[in-house]
Amino acid sequence: MPEAASQAPLLQAQGLVRHYAVSRGWLAPKAVVRALDGISFTLESGRTLAVVGESGCGKSTLARLVTMIERPTAGTLTLGGVELATAGPRERRALRPQVSMVFQNPYAQLNPRKTIAALLAEPLAINTTLAAGERRDAALAMMARVGLRPDQAGRYPHMFSGGQRQRIAIARALMLSPRLVVADEPVSALDVSVQAQVLNLLMDLQRDTAVAYLFISHNLHVVRHIAERILVMYLGRVVESGARDRIFARPAHPYTRALLAATPRLDAARPGPGSIVRGELPSPLAPPRGCAFHARCPHAVERCRAEPPALQPLDDQQVACHLALELNR
Amino acid sequence: MTAATTTTRTPDPLLQIDALRVEFGPAASPLVAVDDLALHVDEGEVVGVVGESGSGKSVAALATMGLVDPPARIAARRLRFAGVDLLAVGERERRALVGKDLAMIFQDPLASLNPCFTVAFQLTEVLRAHGSSAERASARARRERALQLLRQVGIADAEARLDAYPHQLSGGMAQRVMIAMAVACRPRLLIADEPTTALDVTVQAQILDLLMQLQARERMAMILISHDLALVAQAAHRVVVMYAGRIVEAGPAAALFDAPRHPYTRALLDALPEHNVGRARLQALPGVVPGRDDRPRGCLLSPRCAHAVQRCRDVDPAVLCADGREVRCHFPLARPGANDA
Repeated sequence: MPEAASQAPLLQAQGLVRHYAVSRGWLAPKAVVRALDGISFTLESGRTLAVVGESGCGKSTLARLVTMIERPTAGTLTLGGVELATAGPRERRALRPQVSMVFQNPYAQLNPRKTIAALLAEPLAINTTLAAGERRDAALAMMARVGLRPDQAGRYPHMFSGGQRQRIAIARALMLSPRLVVADEPVSALDVSVQAQVLNLLMDLQRDTAVAYLFISHNLHVVRHIAERILVMYLGRVVESGARDRIFARPAHPYTRALLAATPRLDAARPGPGSIVRGELPSPLAPPRGCAFHARCPHAVERCRAEPPALQPLDDQQVACHLALELNR
Repeated sequence: MTAATTTTRTPDPLLQIDALRVEFGPAASPLVAVDDLALHVDEGEVVGVVGESGSGKSVAALATMGLVDPPARIAARRLRFAGVDLLAVGERERRALVGKDLAMIFQDPLASLNPCFTVAFQLTEVLRAHGSSAERASARARRERALQLLRQVGIADAEARLDAYPHQLSGGMAQRVMIAMAVACRPRLLIADEPTTALDVTVQAQILDLLMQLQARERMAMILISHDLALVAQAAHRVVVMYAGRIVEAGPAAALFDAPRHPYTRALLDALPEHNVGRARLQALPGVVPGRDDRPRGCLLSPRCAHAVQRCRDVDPAVLCADGREVRCHFPLARPGANDA
């Protein structure tokens, strides 16, 4: 992805790797899970990058690295030009308010013993020198922005519906005016009508504050609506990336095509058994040799079983497939 | 109070529900989870049930299966399955039916399987209770049949999986085992409650495909409950839309999704991102489903409905039936002109 070198992008990853050592039992040697195996991307201020993939693809590991919960095993990850992998405690502390997170389950991410006003004011109490009154004013102002009434400030999380709780979680994520919000499946637990409300809210807030979203989702319809760029991941690697419209108009990787074919559509008949991808996701503990997708891929040839494909440009997209040229003629 | 919604049909439907009501909590101020629900399923028919959380989809299904225990209260003018009155039968007769002719699968397969027993044990348990006389007599025959069932639901290396425990299975594989248990005795009706919601997208497509193949091969009737409108549109013959415990619209799947007549169905479809391609904002339905304490007096949708007038707020609408469609609305949306796709 060619970028103007003069201005560092908000978030940039280069060959990002995160491995975990997992115990396989007493006395057995530890196994290595390659949760993220060399991924690269950039995200500009005020933009949305969607990360799409199924369980075990490394979406959540990526979120943990970007939010500085964990450090990468290798590779570089910069936020506003500062390297996160090597940043010292003081630097990381200064960077943390710039990144916040919204989780999937609106029921689990709010402390049930705190009122909404207290929940929203807490990040300010920790990270700023504002007085209690100012913190409360800021909390009330944020509630109004996300569509909650000020008289609800004294209520507890259980008194709200799922959609309202997700609004509270979004409000809390925005209290410190972060430059980046990592949203991990933020609308997956919500009903269709509420999902639309929350997506509208996220997009309104982005327009007003130029916050960038790293939007993690498995729902391609949602991703198509909210994101400008898309990163499709499979078992710790990027298999395809590019601009939203390109990827939806012409998915180049067999896995992206399989995902699109498997997503139910109102305006199309159920796909025939032939177009449904076979098999299940391989275990990250024992990933297949060669291309991780080869066992499920209808086009796989001998080379796919032996040699992992590198991410290569194909027109405006990037595709990791040996057969990208043949399949997209 | 209830409107008669059944049209005359010559053969009796396999499942017939009339005026089903399920209540929880104190009798003075009950939480009405399902209210005035009328539903029929014919032999070999796939009926989709859609609606948001809290609309009563699952509770209606559980009540049909006899899985809603007191102190919850179930009442119905009619709850008949294959000629048997499910509200009147004794426990023995019900047990002979449920699990055999009437089976159900659930959303979270790993929570539905017993973690302490192997796949083989749980599969053969069904056969011990409901299997053929040969299967009831011989453990070997049961194991043989269990193996055959696992192969039928597309489990690779079925022999090895027989002795696996649920935690050794992936979500997709566990759901296949659940399906194998449910179809072990060739049920005439399978209730699938969000069968693919907890699964990954590609696995979801496989499981739905498996269910539809089994359904077609065995001519099994199916109630497919889902919050995913597109999934139901692709699989069901007929669709029922529920809102706050009631059916607000029912009709043939294609007609209902092409030209919804209830404002709620319309609003659900309009809120889908795929119906707003190129639009900056989604057309969101404001507000939330009413709870126990804020149930409106008239039409339950009236506080959220863009078309609501005073009559909607005052008078609860009855069900209108016309050309195979049912709509619970004072002012059903007009059928579109001749621009049918």
